[in-house]
Amino acid sequence: MTKLTISPVTRIEGHLKIEVDLQGGKVVDAKSSGTMYRGIENILKGRDPRDASQITQRICGVCPTAHGTASVRCLDNAFGVKPSTNGRIIRNLIFGSDYLMSHILHFYHLAALDYVKGPDTQPFIPRYEGDYRLDPKTNKVAVDQYLKALDIKQKTHQMVALFGGKAPIPYGMVAGGATEVPTVDKMISLKWRLKEIQEFIDGTYLPTVYLVAGAYKDLFNVGVGCKNLLSFGVFPLDDDEKTFLLKPGSYTQGKDLPLDQTQIREYVKYSNYPDSTTGLHPSKGKTEWVPDKKGAYSYIKAPRYRDLPHEGGPLSRMWVTNPVLSKHANKFLGIDPKKEIRFRDLGDKAFSVLGRHAARAEECKLVADAMDKWIGQLKPGAPSWTKVEIPKEAEGFGLTEAPRGALGHWISIKDQKIDNYQVVAATIWNACPRDDKGNRGPIEQALIGTPVPDIKNPFNIVRVVRAFDP
Amino acid sequence: MPITRRQFLKVFAGTGVAVTVSGNLLPEIVSALEKAAAGNPPVLWIQGAGCTGCSVSLLNTLHPSIAEVLLNIISLKFHQTVMASAGQKAYDYLWETAGKNYGKYFLVTEGAIETANEGRCCLSGEREGKEVPFTDLTMYLGKGAAAVLALGQCGFGGIPSAKPNPTGVKSVRDFFKDAGVKTPVINIPGCPPHPDWIVGTVAHALMFGVPELDSDGRPVMFYGTLVHDNCPYRSYYDDKKFAKSFGEEGCRLELGCKGPESYADCWKRGWNNNVNWCVHNSLCLGCTQPGWPDSFSPMYVKTSG
Repeated sequence: MTKLTISPVTRIEGHLKIEVDLQGGKVVDAKSSGTMYRGIENILKGRDPRDASQITQRICGVCPTAHGTASVRCLDNAFGVKPSTNGRIIRNLIFGSDYLMSHILHFYHLAALDYVKGPDTQPFIPRYEGDYRLDPKTNKVAVDQYLKALDIKQKTHQMVALFGGKAPIPYGMVAGGATEVPTVDKMISLKWRLKEIQEFIDGTYLPTVYLVAGAYKDLFNVGVGCKNLLSFGVFPLDDDEKTFLLKPGSYTQGKDLPLDQTQIREYVKYSNYPDSTTGLHPSKGKTEWVPDKKGAYSYIKAPRYRDLPHEGGPLSRMWVTNPVLSKHANKFLGIDPKKEIRFRDLGDKAFSVLGRHAARAEECKLVADAMDKWIGQLKPGAPSWTKVEIPKEAEGFGLTEAPRGALGHWISIKDQKIDNYQVVAATIWNACPRDDKGNRGPIEQALIGTPVPDIKNPFNIVRVVRAFDP
Repeated sequence: MPITRRQFLKVFAGTGVAVTVSGNLLPEIVSALEKAAAGNPPVLWIQGAGCTGCSVSLLNTLHPSIAEVLLNIISLKFHQTVMASAGQKAYDYLWETAGKNYGKYFLVTEGAIETANEGRCCLSGEREGKEVPFTDLTMYLGKGAAAVLALGQCGFGGIPSAKPNPTGVKSVRDFFKDAGVKTPVINIPGCPPHPDWIVGTVAHALMFGVPELDSDGRPVMFYGTLVHDNCPYRSYYDDKKFAKSFGEEGCRLELGCKGPESYADCWKRGWNNNVNWCVHNSLCLGCTQPGWPDSFSPMYVKTSG
């Protein structure tokens, strides 16, 4: 048996270590370790509840709007306030723009270098050597797209800023709705920017994902994972927030189940938190870090839904929602373009490294196309914000979907201040360690069986991990 | 056609911009820095207890574009979010590059320095089978750097240092000062900083040396003006017309705007190709000021200042 450690895992947000045991050229065991603790939840205690939507955005600078969304939904819930139509739509547009940013950045700038050989200059060298399979011409096209996508990325942030004020980490989402009253000039400005991004997604990003997939077809069989999928639902489509573009629900042990947030627990046997705090629902959760705990190997907790590990992210949302796919998917699968195919038609191919990339790219198009409609539903000049009163005592929660998975915030308020605030972040679901029963987390499970033909250049390990967009 | 680093230098050399060197820095340090900048100085970019928001913001730079910055202007030897390499290969390369260029490279820090539990709250990677706390990495690299660019509010401590400062965060300056390390530190605060502030400071350091810094270590050229004094909504303040709700016309003071205490040039630069900025959208939260967020909390309550 050979041990292999990858620390740091690069091209992700945050600090992650992966340790695997190899036997016969394949992974037989895996450990995923978060190696950074900040205690943001403890920093929130005693503060004005409204500040949570700004402070929690700083949990992740790649998906701040995801935390912003979860937080304002959590505050709305605790305050008993409902955003206006404009408030709901502007939040969707700010968050949607950041979705496009995050997915495009992920494929081109975080993941692509596992498949595409960059130019022989910094920051593209040093690199793993060997398993680059694109022909030189295709490879060059992909490198040019890497650069083009940088420009697209900053344009998606212009879209975030139009109603968000700035990006990353916008100010436009607050408890009670959004801060700006929409004007026609801004709506048009957003629409024209979106058009360019839609053309990029449909004309470049999606076809390139399938082109790369064609050269690495074996990766449709690598990185299966736990096959339990969880989606909290995102982008509310009505003002009562009962319907969502990407639906809430779970696929648990082969069954489709409705979402029930009371079924979440966080376990800490293998995490650097006291054993006395294991098995809590996040509404009663505690985050008391202990540095040297025997047997613990991660600074992240192990959240479980219905007591099982669940994967979050585009694969989960697309599986739960099961929308019609783009014509690029028909072409890739050799299916008549006139025939409608849905995400679940991918079958077992979906549960793989490339299935996750395809889900993300298809979702990116879905979100962009929906945003185009939402802009037209804004009511210029009508209020976006409903005045809020901080209750003396209250509890609340806010669920959404970060680009990389299910995200929930829970609050309890006493004397108009935060008494407890708990975040179960998206990557916690995927990158978590074992739970108290010893069940591995989704990334750990996905790594089992991964072929590693060259231990000095363990491409497939990082491909599996990065497909989750941690 | 992207410009080369050589052309970039030429463009700047031709502008005749006055060279401003801070009086806060010892002359010998300034000259060491300028000597370093004359070559093709490697840039080592390390991330502590942060959110990657500073990097994500830098990617939005427009003139020059980020592709030009990465390929033609700086030699970015280590940056966890963009580099191709991973694990041992990447981490060993960081230490080797630092060793070979000790005294000559620029160090960029992003995220806070957590000192509690001997820095074990934040582990930067594994070297020779041992986990290296971010504190140890920063100390080694900081000692050997020509200068340190402390990016973002975390350079002052930022959100991770907010009460009760659970992980013993120190500002970059204090972290080095407490250990007797004399490497000059330039702070580029903001949560995140504007990409122009980062690129502009790097360009100034490469072309003309260290820009003039204020007493908090911030380049005066970007952080020298008070938001409130220059705010396009200032006349509303003078007329005592205050917005009472978001979306209402008027000065944002009563919504909690921290413009009267905040130094930055957002009011003229705007954000994201100048499509918007914080005060136009809602309010200034004061994210470029030392002591933020605690000294500026609660955020949505009128400031007493």
